[in-house]
Amino acid sequence: MSYIYYPGCSLEASAIEYDASTRAVMHALDIELAEIEGWSCCGATAAEPVSSLLSFVLPARNLALAEKMKQNFSVMVPCSACYLNLKKVEMEKKQNPSMSASIDECLAEEALKLEGKLKVRHLLDILANDIGADQIKNKVTKKLSGLKIVPYYGCQCLRPYPVFDDPEEPRSMEPLIEACGAEVFPWDMGAQCCGASNMNTKKSAAGKLVQKILKSAKGADAIVTVCPMCQLNLEGFQEELSRKAGEDLSVSVIYLPQLLGMAMGISREELMLHKNLAVKELVLSY
Amino acid sequence: MKDTGSIKALLATCMQCGTCTGTCPNADAMDLTPRHLWRMVLMDRADEIFESQTFAYCSTCYFCTLKCPRGLPLTRAMSMLKEVAYKNDVKTFRKSGAFYGSFMESVRRHGRVRESEFMTLYFLEMKNPLLPFDFASLGLKLMSKNKVSFSLPSGADGRGQGNLDRIFKKVSEIENREEQMP
Repeated sequence: MSYIYYPGCSLEASAIEYDASTRAVMHALDIELAEIEGWSCCGATAAEPVSSLLSFVLPARNLALAEKMKQNFSVMVPCSACYLNLKKVEMEKKQNPSMSASIDECLAEEALKLEGKLKVRHLLDILANDIGADQIKNKVTKKLSGLKIVPYYGCQCLRPYPVFDDPEEPRSMEPLIEACGAEVFPWDMGAQCCGASNMNTKKSAAGKLVQKILKSAKGADAIVTVCPMCQLNLEGFQEELSRKAGEDLSVSVIYLPQLLGMAMGISREELMLHKNLAVKELVLSY
Repeated sequence: MKDTGSIKALLATCMQCGTCTGTCPNADAMDLTPRHLWRMVLMDRADEIFESQTFAYCSTCYFCTLKCPRGLPLTRAMSMLKEVAYKNDVKTFRKSGAFYGSFMESVRRHGRVRESEFMTLYFLEMKNPLLPFDFASLGLKLMSKNKVSFSLPSGADGRGQGNLDRIFKKVSEIENREEQMP
């Protein structure tokens, strides 16, 4: 199996461990990734308030570059914000011809054209549906017995396009976690918003959302994420939110492929567990 | 001009049920509830809309869009209000606007975002010497993990993917053209 790969800006910097662990797990599963040559930013959540058209053109540029590599293929996207932006263009291309014409006019500046022949897929979708828990289980060499995990999905891999999971009560991570020998710890915050896009400009509102999620995770050994924005938001503010709440809200936060990689016997160094901002000894001891 | 006509057209079938408010994780922090804001849009009350901070608090979780019984693209409407506020330099949106604008400026210059550069651009734009302290704690953590480095704002450096200047210019050109259409 092989996929076109769009890492996105975060995976080169604040989420470098998400990139490393994704590549390591795919390698272990004999899946080839072809990175889009010359890819650029998808616009994140910043393009849309600045210019609606720009928020379509930036992801479209990347899909057009990807089409030059292969057609009728899946593009794997690990970041949920990138995924939504790219997905939005895939959907809009089919539904809105006038927007499509403006996009083409902009892409022509770089002699690019979007045919709309690629399928944008989230990493979680591919892990859960193309690869599946059974194949992961076959590769597990070190069962993570007793490790209690809460799966956190966030928003943008589920909504507004519910293509691979229930957008309110997602479950797609559970079989993968169980395949590792770990336990799914029950909670109801998996699809709730962490407020990441507000953390920089409306910090107190975002802080409240993060606090609620961390409180609900009490009793679990780790939160598992599939988005660099969620990850940074949940791992980066634990001390100050604990102080505000008057209780210890610290908890390990790791990416899904890091968890899978641990069970598959991939080294901590390769999974870059030293790069996460909140990982406790207990998790590292596995 | 703060024109919300195209947003009003999107929301024409809103029946003011308030499901959007009920599903919004940030409704508590908003001065107008989302339902109230949509009412203002339907009544062309631009002053009230842009004196309000409500749209700036939308964290694009898409719950309202998912649950709206009329199937209205409410998150998209929030973003369209942000865009009108950004383009008209609306006072209540200036901080968010400076943040998004700095982010996109870094993308225009380099094709990919450079976190430390865009934060520096943001601080310069806001001209508030205390603002960087809001980010000091997280910034230090990221630096200690070697995830961001200090770099001064710079022009396109010709390395890697190059800049997106031509595409950005074309986008503005099309937007200006569409604005002039009746």
